[in-house]
Amino acid sequence: MDRTKIDLWVGIFAAIGVAALLGLAMKVGNLTTSNIGETYTVTAGFQNIGGLKPRSPVKSAGVVVGRIDAIQFDSATYEAKVTLKLDKRYLFPKDTFANIYTAGLLGEQYIGLEPGGDEEYLQDNDKIMQTQDAVVLEKMISQFLYSKATETKE
Amino acid sequence: MTDNIVQIDNLSFGYKGRLLHKGINMSFPRGKIVAIMGGSGSGKTTILRLIGGQLKPVQGEVRVGDKVVHQQGRNDLQKLRRKMGMLFQQGALFTDLSVYENVAFPMREHTSLPESMIRDLVMMKLNAVGLRGARDLMATELSGGMARRVALARAVALDPEIIMYDEPFAGLDPISMGVICNLIRNLNDALGATSLVVTHDVKEAFSFVDYVYFIADGVVAAEGTPAELRESTLPFVHQFVHGEVDGPVPFHYAAPDYRRDMLRGRDV
Amino acid sequence: MFKGVVSKLASVLQNFGHRLIEQFWRLGSASRLFGYTLASSGESLRRPFLVIREIYFTGVLSLIIILVSAFFVGMVLALQGYNTLQKYGSSEAIGVLVALSLVRELGPVVTALLFAGRAGTAITAEIGLMKATEQLSAMEMMAVSPIARVVAPRFWGGVISMPLLASLFSMVGILGGYLVAVPLIGVDGGAFWSQMQASVDFREDVMNGFIKSCVFGVACTMIALFEGYDAPPTAEGVSRATTRTVVNSSLAVLGLDFVMTSFMIS
Repeated sequence: MDRTKIDLWVGIFAAIGVAALLGLAMKVGNLTTSNIGETYTVTAGFQNIGGLKPRSPVKSAGVVVGRIDAIQFDSATYEAKVTLKLDKRYLFPKDTFANIYTAGLLGEQYIGLEPGGDEEYLQDNDKIMQTQDAVVLEKMISQFLYSKATETKE
Repeated sequence: MTDNIVQIDNLSFGYKGRLLHKGINMSFPRGKIVAIMGGSGSGKTTILRLIGGQLKPVQGEVRVGDKVVHQQGRNDLQKLRRKMGMLFQQGALFTDLSVYENVAFPMREHTSLPESMIRDLVMMKLNAVGLRGARDLMATELSGGMARRVALARAVALDPEIIMYDEPFAGLDPISMGVICNLIRNLNDALGATSLVVTHDVKEAFSFVDYVYFIADGVVAAEGTPAELRESTLPFVHQFVHGEVDGPVPFHYAAPDYRRDMLRGRDV
Repeated sequence: MFKGVVSKLASVLQNFGHRLIEQFWRLGSASRLFGYTLASSGESLRRPFLVIREIYFTGVLSLIIILVSAFFVGMVLALQGYNTLQKYGSSEAIGVLVALSLVRELGPVVTALLFAGRAGTAITAEIGLMKATEQLSAMEMMAVSPIARVVAPRFWGGVISMPLLASLFSMVGILGGYLVAVPLIGVDGGAFWSQMQASVDFREDVMNGFIKSCVFGVACTMIALFEGYDAPPTAEGVSRATTRTVVNSSLAVLGLDFVMTSFMIS
């Protein structure tokens, strides 16, 4: 086989290889959806974040509006300090409520934002004051059993 | 002998403490064909590798021109090697290249000649060994004799000053042997080169070389022109030249007494 | 009798120690060859046709086996996954399952194992034979460094081919999984892709898989090259070296996979 024919084959190989990688990025992965343009950062404190992880989505009304950038433990307040990166296009009032939800019964956890009614919007580096922790299944079950037990006693 | 292109002085070499050569002195005058002969395993090929700088001597030195081979740095050694051509025992042609590309290989690596010039040179070299017609064959498609001739064309591709032949006759039929003998003589004279032939083929070698070194037991056992050696009365040379079975080189490998060995019945 | 046991034990220990030291020796030589290869890479990358030739031999000629295996692996994943997932009533998650297993693990790992068997053995045998027939020696005598001319181009050929092959493996595997899950089993096609896109992260899954396959490319190619370069120049030596290439590459790939996965997941 002469050199030019080899060149051709290698060219085809390289092209489809790169195409496959791009395909993985676009069609399979979430490169297109996670590609948030400019962002602003807000933080929120939680007593318990459950299974929340960095890069988990932040949704409002079911639409992905940002991602979790970092999760730290704040030793002053003994809370989890979660840093959110939100899309510049979406603005939320100052009194927005941040909840940790679970997708489905056993799915991944995400933060849901419920806008309040404040006139002013959240700015870069603001803190979301109102938060609700992750639902811990064991706690719920034990509460349920406890209430059942007290019910039957009466 | 004043103009020696290769000079070996008091050379010792060995592996893991066992010396193969014990103080060898040889000189190779410019323009001559010199044979290095000796039994199998006497370290003939090793001498070529020492000259080429692929091995380092334990003691003594090899001089090529005015340079001591084992003291050369990487780049100087490469420069020195460009003056040498070597024909390996089985030809050592590159099996993934065609005959043409094999001969062109050293030119492509070391020169930046245009393709048309390389083509002319390759044709000349291949014509000299009579294989211009075989240029498009792959190296694997050649017979032993043809492969040896292509390898010879490759060895002289850059017109070396020193051509080394490692067992050029091994495994060849008588016709191919004659062809190779002629080629060695003709190329040497045409290129004005110096040839070193390592071989144990007495009959072939004596027919065209100028000078012969015999090595045995790590030293030069005898030296001289073919005519001198034919008349030599040294027992070793006599045995070698005339191909006798037993003599100073014994037929038996060192072994305990035959009778006792047989009676003992088993090896412990 | 006691003495006999002790001496036997001693000889076993001695044997073990010898082997251990031998392995260290080989590891050192391999590292040295790796260093030389990197050092002389510039020389061979300046002549790209040498590398292109090797990409042809290691990459293009491995395409068939990689693509066919990927297709079957994807189909099996879909069948097995559906079987389990439907018990929990989440059969739409099949796309996620197929894509994540391929992109994160099976793509890079199976590609590397197949590569070791197909291209690695070819490299070892070729270099071993070149050594046995004195081609490498001849090159050295022509003042051409065999590492720059023979080893380095093959190294880069392998390192470039591997990630491309692994990407193709994952992509074709996902297509195979799609074919089984959607037209054959009847999972909803939209759910298949959308669930996949929601759960497969570009940086954490696709990029990490890509990094894995690059590392496997270096490891497999280097092992194949070293075994060939180190092989005793006999027919038996070359055949043993070829076997060692497959064994050592497979072990290296699985071991490295564990190490890298533990880093990537934490």
